[in-house]
Amino acid sequence: MRISYLDNAATTPVDKRVLDAMLPYFSEKYGNPGSMHKKGLEAKEAVEESRKNVAKLIGAEPDEIIFVSGGTESDNLALIGVANALREEGKGNHIITTKIEHHAVLDTCKYLEEQGFRVTYVDVEKNGIVNPKEIEKAITKNTILISVMYANNEIGTIQPISEIAKIAKSKGILFHTDACQAAEYLDINVKNLGVDLMTLNGSKIYGPKGIGILYAKKGIVIKPLIYGGGQEKGIRSGTENVPAIVGFAKALEIAQKEREKESKRLTRLRNKLIEGIKNKIPNIHINGDLNKRLPNNANISFFGVEGESVVLHLDANGVCASTGSACSSHSLEPSHVIKALGLSDEASHGSIRFTLGRHTTEEDINKVLKKLPKIIESLRRISPIAK
Amino acid sequence: MKKQKWFYSEKVREHFFHPKNIFRSKKEIERFKADGVGMVGNPACGDIMKMWIKVDKKKQTIKECKYQTFGCASAIATTSVLSEMVKGMKLDDAFRITPKDIVEKLGGLPKLKYHCSVLGDRALREAINDYYRKTNQLEKIVTDSPIVDETLKITERDIENAVIEGAKTLEEVQEKTKVGISNKKVIPRVKELIKKFKEKHGIK
Repeated sequence: MRISYLDNAATTPVDKRVLDAMLPYFSEKYGNPGSMHKKGLEAKEAVEESRKNVAKLIGAEPDEIIFVSGGTESDNLALIGVANALREEGKGNHIITTKIEHHAVLDTCKYLEEQGFRVTYVDVEKNGIVNPKEIEKAITKNTILISVMYANNEIGTIQPISEIAKIAKSKGILFHTDACQAAEYLDINVKNLGVDLMTLNGSKIYGPKGIGILYAKKGIVIKPLIYGGGQEKGIRSGTENVPAIVGFAKALEIAQKEREKESKRLTRLRNKLIEGIKNKIPNIHINGDLNKRLPNNANISFFGVEGESVVLHLDANGVCASTGSACSSHSLEPSHVIKALGLSDEASHGSIRFTLGRHTTEEDINKVLKKLPKIIESLRRISPIAK
Repeated sequence: MKKQKWFYSEKVREHFFHPKNIFRSKKEIERFKADGVGMVGNPACGDIMKMWIKVDKKKQTIKECKYQTFGCASAIATTSVLSEMVKGMKLDDAFRITPKDIVEKLGGLPKLKYHCSVLGDRALREAINDYYRKTNQLEKIVTDSPIVDETLKITERDIENAVIEGAKTLEEVQEKTKVGISNKKVIPRVKELIKKFKEKHGIK
């Protein structure tokens, strides 16, 4: 049975071109970039070449790129590193973010609250998009940092980053964006966006897992989270993950080169999926704005059924998807994103996310449209609350 | 055919994809003419369980046990197993079934999933009490342990059982019982009870 992998927001397979670029850096060009000999220089060259390429792709300078272990570390470094540095300088202690951020940002903010910082979690509109005016309203004289994701990982909504950046700039406040989900489909030029800090990772753009970057504009002081050999200008110690760095740069290059074509192709398939579900299954709700949205994302609540059961039935039918239900999370709480849209708990528990990708075909969409109505119907038949 | 990878145990797979004794339509429910009905849970915690029983009035045993569920795979599977376990069982004995008994029958559940099984036994107790109520055997309604969380009908004894089974913090007790997940105002009382039962059983 062909597996229809519609969970590309969770992670993507490594692109063959990326893998080919990485392979020499395991057993052949294995040097430590910190060594002075040939093997070391060979590895160092690969890291610096990758840094240059990444910088160019996002409109930055090479020394504004810090390689880290992934999106989560990058978010942690941006928030904790900047907050601590600014506190040492005697600046304010207030941070602004939104209620629909990834846990890598939300839980880091909770940690910072324990450390004495104050955090405002701004609401989003019903369509899953934050109103820049609400961010502006939350600003106080103590605000030091604003962090708003570029595109949401659950519902794919695209946030007005450049508008928020303008507000932040006018008040002299640093602005960070987590662009992990956006890099595959949107413009991530930091000058166009106007951001001061930006998070990217490899595993959402057909690159390897365990690699990401933090872009930090020149002049921004960041306190390290990890101490040691002083790599990455002392901001991120630890021997560089050379193959992953090479793979990340290659993945980002491919993603940005193909993004417009791929966006067009996936928008059509995604719309076909949503329209098909709307026509075949009653009592549903499409979560998040339909236009200001990543081209590969469909997030739908099926009332009366619980998401984990749907995901497992889809899996048995060869379709990989995910759910915002508490039952499939590490906590006992349902999706904070669906709840932030003002929807019921039932809608959160019954939400299913389909995220299309580079390998998704018409056949995959047809399969979902064939299997899903039967799955929902059978689960509603055994549900005491289905209408 | 090669066996597909699966998150839970084989037994859970069997009961999830082919639940036993489950109601699939309103007609089936009407035709059943239940002697007792019980329902626990709410959408906030993600699981709702409704249970219907037929009772052999002479023998005071459960003839049949049916259910419907809005819940995850483990909620469906645990209730399916329970519905088989109680067939022919004396009402008194059925009343005493614990989540642990059900989970053992299923060959275990992931730690975080343990709380789901709490619904089946609780819904069953509600159904048995409902039967006692309907047949005017009010003296038999067992409220031997005070209810802590009204939404899920979680009693002090449930908290005590969770502590005895190794839960030491509010979070660990919630993993086992879901107490206070939607009904947050009971949390201070739950914390007190956890402390009390830890002391009682010499657990540090």
